[in-house]
Amino acid sequence: MRLSDRAMLVTFAVLLPMPALFSAMGEPFLTVVLTRALIFAIAALSLDLILGFGAMVSFGHAAYLGIGAYAAGILAANGVTGLEVQLPVALAAAGAFALVTGAISLRTRGVHFIMITLAFGQMAYFLMSSLSAYGGDDGMALAGRSTLFGADPFGSSLRFFYVTLALLAGIWALLRAVTRSRFGRVLTGTRENETRMQAIGFSPFGYRLTAYAISGMIASVAGVLLANHAAFVSPSYMGWARSGEMIAMVVLGGMGTLTGPVLGAIAFILSEEALARLTTHWRLPFGAAVVLAVLFTRGGLLGALRGRR
Amino acid sequence: MTNLLILQGLNGLQFGVLLFLVAAGLTLIFGVMDVINLAHGAQYMVGAYLAAAFTGLAGNFLLGLVLAVPVALAFGLVLEWLVIRRLYDRSHLDQVLVTFGLMLMLNEGVRILWGSAPISVDLPEALSGSIPVWGTLRYPVYRLAILGAGLGVALGLWWMIHRTRLGMLLRAGASNRAMVSALGTDINRLFLLVFGAGAMLAGFAGAMMVPVISAEPDMGDTVLILTFVVIVIGGIGSIRGAFVAALLVGLVDTLGRSFGPILLRSLMEPDMASQTGRTLAPMLIYILMAAILAVRPAGLFPVQR
Amino acid sequence: MTPALSVRGLTKSFDALKVSDGISFDVAWGELHAIIGPNGAGKTTLIHQLSGSLAPDAGRILLGGHDITRLSMAARARRGLARSFQITSILAGLTALENVALAVQARSGSSFRFLRQVARESALNDQAAEALAAAGLAGAEDRSAGTLSHGEKRQLEIAIALAMQPKVLLLDEPLAGTGHRESAALLDLIAGLKGRLSIVLIEHDMEAVFALADRISVLVYGRLIATGTPDAIRADAQVRAAYLGDEEGA
Ligand SMILES: Nc1ncnc2c1ncn2[C@@H]1O[C@H](COP(=O)(O)OP(=O)(O)OP(=O)(O)O)[C@@H](O)[C@H]1O
Ligand SMILES: [Mg+2]
Repeated sequence: MRLSDRAMLVTFAVLLPMPALFSAMGEPFLTVVLTRALIFAIAALSLDLILGFGAMVSFGHAAYLGIGAYAAGILAANGVTGLEVQLPVALAAAGAFALVTGAISLRTRGVHFIMITLAFGQMAYFLMSSLSAYGGDDGMALAGRSTLFGADPFGSSLRFFYVTLALLAGIWALLRAVTRSRFGRVLTGTRENETRMQAIGFSPFGYRLTAYAISGMIASVAGVLLANHAAFVSPSYMGWARSGEMIAMVVLGGMGTLTGPVLGAIAFILSEEALARLTTHWRLPFGAAVVLAVLFTRGGLLGALRGRR
Repeated sequence: MTNLLILQGLNGLQFGVLLFLVAAGLTLIFGVMDVINLAHGAQYMVGAYLAAAFTGLAGNFLLGLVLAVPVALAFGLVLEWLVIRRLYDRSHLDQVLVTFGLMLMLNEGVRILWGSAPISVDLPEALSGSIPVWGTLRYPVYRLAILGAGLGVALGLWWMIHRTRLGMLLRAGASNRAMVSALGTDINRLFLLVFGAGAMLAGFAGAMMVPVISAEPDMGDTVLILTFVVIVIGGIGSIRGAFVAALLVGLVDTLGRSFGPILLRSLMEPDMASQTGRTLAPMLIYILMAAILAVRPAGLFPVQR
Repeated sequence: MTPALSVRGLTKSFDALKVSDGISFDVAWGELHAIIGPNGAGKTTLIHQLSGSLAPDAGRILLGGHDITRLSMAARARRGLARSFQITSILAGLTALENVALAVQARSGSSFRFLRQVARESALNDQAAEALAAAGLAGAEDRSAGTLSHGEKRQLEIAIALAMQPKVLLLDEPLAGTGHRESAALLDLIAGLKGRLSIVLIEHDMEAVFALADRISVLVYGRLIATGTPDAIRADAQVRAAYLGDEEGA
């Protein structure tokens, strides 16, 4: 088994008993914090598909988080709380937005791509900010927790944690399969050398766009979870700083590995939480940590685990 | 109606000129140095705070402005020396992350030093009035001054780029980096200069805007994103593209917000029109960008490289 | 019979420099057609236009009688036009076998398959291993392509091209930078391919070219000044004056 897979299984094994441990410690709130970290782990995984495997540096990925959150929020506000409706709507909306904006963005490369995805992300942000019926700038409280065929999967923080963990595991397994499939190999090939791929007969555009859409759709699942977790939906989920944080999670965790982004997201959210308890100005040490980590380490957390690169 | 059009047209131009001041530095930094700098918006914010602080000390906005600009330059030089020069041989992704971290730090640093509340600055008497521009229409003197100053800087940049040796190096650097070092120029000093100048221009823009919008944390973020839109539309690395695109974005954004709902009213009910207008107006420039890129993926004035 | 590849009046300029100046020639099925010419004559630029990575200013390119001038590089590859690059172009982060298996994958069924592990598709792996062995890289399957030696990378380029099972193969200086042993092996390989597919070979090694080629075209400053059998080219006064003469005199 590859190191990345082993590290992932260990991670799952460590996560599994955490809620029990936290309540034994008398800190059950930590379960809620960890759940939030797992939600971002799903989002980071989705970003890794395009960033790590496809070399597409999307700076607008938070938009998909927001699309998922608003799908849950708007539907709930209209009395539809069933995940059996919310999830398909979130996936369809995220997929459609990804196909349209991706088709334009993917005509460009490098820095252009970074800036255009950023601009499209902001566009989604402003769109949601202007929906005064759904809270506009201020956002809105979630009208009701999402249900699944009448059941209440987010009813307790314990249940929420395990549902999220199960989803994370499922998505990790799905992406592991996708990245090792024919499709995944073509995607990796375009990351390595686009001209070579064209010379053997692949037109990268279709593969990139498909990956872009899959990635956005998975991120929207994280968005639905996030809306339930915060019991609140707001445009701030889609701000560009969020997109930047997600890139940091992937890169600092170790991009192109699937395990790295999960570790990166958990480390990121937990240290954010810890710093925020120490000082309201946590962004200063946090920004400094990002700068130093990128300047002085390579290969991310997983790379450090490997002890090389 | 004509009055409103002229008024909003002038507002749009003034906004465009402001965007140009910020965009010029960003596009040069990318064109010449191949560095993508997310902290550029924060330098606009730093300029605003410096002007506010110096105005408080000196008791006079013009003096504050004059003091803020060289300090903004010095700030840029220090930043280049401390961090940015370590990014020249790094991937764009690393550059994005490091400058993103810098931006977080600067935004928070400002919050620590000056708090979260906006800091406003009064204009000196001489600049606070308005003058007639068209029939009964009057326009604030200070906004005209911003417009003039921005156009002056644009003209100066044009002259420097097309008429001086430094400009020739910059043009060469934007299209062929190897050539610049082949010409025997100290590339590190050129980069330092470009980055400092970019920081200074952004700082100048921020400083000029303080009396109009006051200084507050995160004020650079919106400007940064708009600036990205500008340089992507104009063609990354092109000063001329940045100028044209800045005015275009400034006009479309300003006119869209005021005339969008009015135009829509002829198509639909007033309530619906104002709601749709409010939704569409902030998105207009992104739609504009998407439309331009769909036709010209490298922007209006692509730089050959 | 229609030729495998026909080039008609191909013209391309970089600013004032005419790199391709009305180039026309045919390559018959199974022919090995060499193109020689001094450095900077425009040989690589010609290959770029044939493979589709550069668009010509004017002229037409026909593959088996079909006009491919407007097709993308990928579409040309799918129709049976393969190329190797003068400057090695491989997927450095993948293994040698994966590099070649991708070329097999490109011509065998859809690549929009998302769940089945590609590493387990023995049809792809077997054909890829075969192409690697044919190019002299048996045993290097699992090595990361980026860690191969320069000569091995050149062999990998050829293995990738072979795995595409092309009708026409464009080879841009396949021997450049290889050691003596490797280049002898590559020459054997190319000689073995002769007659099975059409080859356009660009090479500076005159001995090899004259030994291998069915016909030779001479390109000087973007113009084809002669096309003929090796003997005819050797005897051509214009060629001797423009090109060979210098080499032999030197
Ligand atoms: N993209 C380009 N822009 C401008 N000039 C170019 C470009 N590519 C090639 N050239 C010029 O065109 C001419 C032909 O180049 P080309 O690479 O085709 O020559 P070649 O015959 O392959 O040479 P060599 O034997 O050295 O490989 C050269 O003078 C080269 O400098
Ligand atoms: Mg060549």
